[in-house]
Amino acid sequence: METLEAILAQHPFFDRLEQRHLDLLVGCASNVRFDAGQFILREGEEANHFYLIRHGKVVLEIFAGHRGPITVETLDDGDIVGWSWLFPPYRWRFDARAVEITRAIALDGKCLRTKSEQDHDLGYELLKRFARIVEERLQATRLQLLDVYEVRS
Amino acid sequence: MVAFMPPPMVALAQHPMVPQPYTVCGVRRETYDTFTLELESKQTAEFAFAAGQFNMLYVFGVGEVPISISGNPTQPNVLIHTTREVGVVTRAMRKLSAGDVLGVRGPFGSHWPVEQAAGADLVIVAGGIGLAPLRPALYHIMAHRERYGNVILLYGTRTPADILYKKELKQWQAGFRLPVYTTVDRAAGAWPGSVGVVTTLIPRAPFDPRNAVAMVCGPEVMMRFTARELEKRGVKPENIYVSMERNMKCAVGFCGHCQLGPTFICKDGPVFRWNRIEPLIAVREI
Repeated sequence: METLEAILAQHPFFDRLEQRHLDLLVGCASNVRFDAGQFILREGEEANHFYLIRHGKVVLEIFAGHRGPITVETLDDGDIVGWSWLFPPYRWRFDARAVEITRAIALDGKCLRTKSEQDHDLGYELLKRFARIVEERLQATRLQLLDVYEVRS
Repeated sequence: MVAFMPPPMVALAQHPMVPQPYTVCGVRRETYDTFTLELESKQTAEFAFAAGQFNMLYVFGVGEVPISISGNPTQPNVLIHTTREVGVVTRAMRKLSAGDVLGVRGPFGSHWPVEQAAGADLVIVAGGIGLAPLRPALYHIMAHRERYGNVILLYGTRTPADILYKKELKQWQAGFRLPVYTTVDRAAGAWPGSVGVVTTLIPRAPFDPRNAVAMVCGPEVMMRFTARELEKRGVKPENIYVSMERNMKCAVGFCGHCQLGPTFICKDGPVFRWNRIEPLIAVREI
């Protein structure tokens, strides 16, 4: 069975992270499992973790009144779920729900926030890596907003 | 490195400016705004074409439009086009029924490098109706599956209702001979698949970028973003092919309507290597 350290070390998100930082992350990590339909996080709740999906599928949703939940993005194996733990007011902005059995590694963001304040190198490494994810998702969202398949006659 | 030769052209049987009469033998609704026409000729038994080429379809008394061929190149007895109702001509085309006659000129243009890509992994990326011009290439690839490495289809549409050829996509998936990854920009309720733009499928798609050929067709913006993502993954720009669309009129490079810098989309394309067409797309003045 793979150890948490091995899984984190092999994940591209943690590529070239210093061993001392990796050790610290391992100390904040735990294996979690979500059933199909189970919420991983819900809008408005405190954002104290983020998740690295090992196997499964997760949808990011927003509840829009009478329209019900609207899926804005789907995340799969290897994706990271959640960055609101990193930015005040540390509240989730969307719902995240597993749509099939999903195995993930949960990382304690609250703990990492404190550690990052004490060790700015760690904080910088985490910010760099999350900024990249935010940038990728922003680009994808902009393309989504362009509605490129719309009929223009 | 995949070495490529310039794609050979399929010769025209008739004068390129003279439409040949073809009879509608079938009309099939694909989605709420797309349909497929099946045509046959009483004069010629076969219509030879290469995957990626297009025809000029003439609805008599209404007008002529360029439409990619979306049928099977190995079954040239029926000419198949899938198109979307977006203008006067295609709306008139939608009203045709079995027995009606329309004019056909073609086939025109360059084609997908399905022969030259033998031995490579193939990444087929389609956006919306862009799956139609890629379907002949997919037929060819499926008929010669053993010639290629990993073959994957990444398909993005606006909503689940816009997905083309649903039955065939399922058939192609069967036995994992052609993994199909479908994603939609918008979905509500019961859609069990992915939501997000098609480019988000590229980073983890199972292919070797060092030995991959990509064939991309969809709206130009989608192709630009897709090509960039493929390059980011490590696919060489010369191994990325896109199918361009412009205002094709004569289809043989005379009229200049589809001119893009030094190239004519109708004659030099519509299928281009990305590294050839990218610098031209970047020039806003043309």
